Amino acid sequence: MPLTLYDKIWNDHLVHQQEDGTSLLFVDRHLIHEVTSPQAFEGLRSSNRKVRQPNLTLAVADHNVPTTDRTKGISDEESKLQVDTLEKNCKEFGIKLFGMDDKRQGIVHIIGPEQGFTQPGTIIVCGDSHTATHGAFGSLAFGIGTSEVEHVLATQTLVQKKSKNFRINVNGKLPLGVTSKDVILQIIGKIGTAGGTGYVIEYAGDLISSLTVENRMTICNMTIEGGARAGLIQPDEKVFEYLKNKPMSPKNENWDKALEYWETLKSDHGSKFDKEINLEGNDIKPMVTWGTSPQDVITIDGKVPNPKNEKDPDKKNSIERSLKYMGLNPDINAKDIKIDKVFIGSCTNGRIEDLREAAEILKDKKIANHVDAMVVPGSGLVKQQAEQEGLDKIFINSGFEWREPGCSMCLAMNADKLKPGERCASTSNRNFEGRQGRGGRTHLVSPGMAAAAAISGNLDDVRKYQI
Amino acid sequence: MQKFNKVKSIPAYLPIVNIDTDMLIPKQFLKTIKRTGLGKNLFHEMRYDEKGIEIDQFILNKAPYNKSKILIAGKNFGCGSSREHAPWALLDFGITCVISSSYADIFYNNCFKNGILPIVIDEEQIKQISEYSLRKEEIEVDLVNEKIKFGNNEIGFEIDPFKKKCLLEGLDDIALSLEKTDKILSFEKKLKDSKPWIFND
Repeated sequence: MPLTLYDKIWNDHLVHQQEDGTSLLFVDRHLIHEVTSPQAFEGLRSSNRKVRQPNLTLAVADHNVPTTDRTKGISDEESKLQVDTLEKNCKEFGIKLFGMDDKRQGIVHIIGPEQGFTQPGTIIVCGDSHTATHGAFGSLAFGIGTSEVEHVLATQTLVQKKSKNFRINVNGKLPLGVTSKDVILQIIGKIGTAGGTGYVIEYAGDLISSLTVENRMTICNMTIEGGARAGLIQPDEKVFEYLKNKPMSPKNENWDKALEYWETLKSDHGSKFDKEINLEGNDIKPMVTWGTSPQDVITIDGKVPNPKNEKDPDKKNSIERSLKYMGLNPDINAKDIKIDKVFIGSCTNGRIEDLREAAEILKDKKIANHVDAMVVPGSGLVKQQAEQEGLDKIFINSGFEWREPGCSMCLAMNADKLKPGERCASTSNRNFEGRQGRGGRTHLVSPGMAAAAAISGNLDDVRKYQI
Repeated sequence: MQKFNKVKSIPAYLPIVNIDTDMLIPKQFLKTIKRTGLGKNLFHEMRYDEKGIEIDQFILNKAPYNKSKILIAGKNFGCGSSREHAPWALLDFGITCVISSSYADIFYNNCFKNGILPIVIDEEQIKQISEYSLRKEEIEVDLVNEKIKFGNNEIGFEIDPFKKKCLLEGLDDIALSLEKTDKILSFEKKLKDSKPWIFND
């Protein structure tokens, strides 16, 4: 029977299956961070259990770390306790950790690929919903809760039921100024935040294959915003090339063996998808979100919706609630929305290619006087690479702050946050109420669009600065 | 894990769709290294004003809903972040059963690890039982018989049999999986032969 890529990875990891389909799957790679792991380690200690495969586990502190000068440590007591607890737990259980002063430190979903820890055909889990990012390498990667983190630590397996197969085909070519961020925002707008619930999504089509590995990561990253368990893409030469010679990638004869296996990782011709949709790349425009859900998208030349035009009472209420929170009037132009802050970074758009995309727009330009803007590179290595290319200078000269790596204002657990009522053009993944700080208002955009907004002082069309 | 069998309570009804885990428990409360004590921070930004004073109109601040054990809410409940702090906060507040027409996947799984029963029924049925919240009358959820009982009526719901068993018996699923250690071991041995690169050695 022809199998999908998801079916193949699933079958390859079955340790045991009960009659009702409940399955025990082997986990090849487990990433952990400071926020969702302390209670899991505490659970291990209280039941006197060990970590089954410390070598398949990699830890980093990212959510709580300061992005300003780190030489004095973390001033917030609670954040410090969490980061110290991670360090203590890793030492006690023999897990490799990239500490706060390690230049390899960064956002968990950026360092996995960067180190070659992320590999095709593996099952990768992490106590973080954006684990889907790693699906860009043809791995089955998904977020889990803390109880499941404990389960994986203790058994190197996870209890799961199989999801259904959903394929999203994107064909054609992206117009100038349109990026993979716009593609995924468009997809979420189309399927809705629960459109993928119960499914694993495979992204396919010639447009997806034409994307760089980093751009594919942006798409897989936001799969969770469409409600799916995971999102993945068939691995190809670009992926193999990306992984070659990474510190934790297979070496020598193991590389050849791995490659032979990786090349089999594709959905068979005639394999069955429970759901399938098609998108034409040529039609996609730069997107922005106007509301408090990632499905609230409009094109940059569009208008904020009017609840009067909505017949469904739930949707109407939801639009009204979002508009009120966002402080927006119905029917105004997206380009008339004035912003206070710009955030470039996160596991969605904090990689070197994202920084290049923004820097290209900002070169020789100044950001608007009333805008506070910052760039938070996704990892120490991304930061180093950007500095070698002189991107830091471009950002600083235009008026951006150049920060240390971490999750930062994507979820505002550290000191980087919006004040009530402040409005931000952000390259992150969630525009939920309060996500970037209580009362803060988030508009999700691509890195180029964030740069354009910083210069104009309002949401704006990046294509204006590309001609 | 605490067992779940039956719960009887006046339900609290929150008619909002896409309630995300950031709403359930904002990030500033994720800095804890414990599972307990989060109940007071449940729905923090809807429940307290900027000075930290309770907002009277918010349903969970009002009697009798401040003692509700059952929460009825709009579709796609628990979307967003994987934070298990969301079910921990619900549980610590005293809510052991959520009723919605759909849930986000990770949140749904997290509930079962904490003795919380997430029930799926359709939107018409939600409207029907939400009346009991408005009228401040109790409803009863019976997991063994997979039924919600209210007045002289009842609604059936479906649940995965294995998840049901774990809830009813309060099973520790790590212990269950560790019973299969020999299977895990033989899987690992096979894996070392077929994909030696996985083990980095």
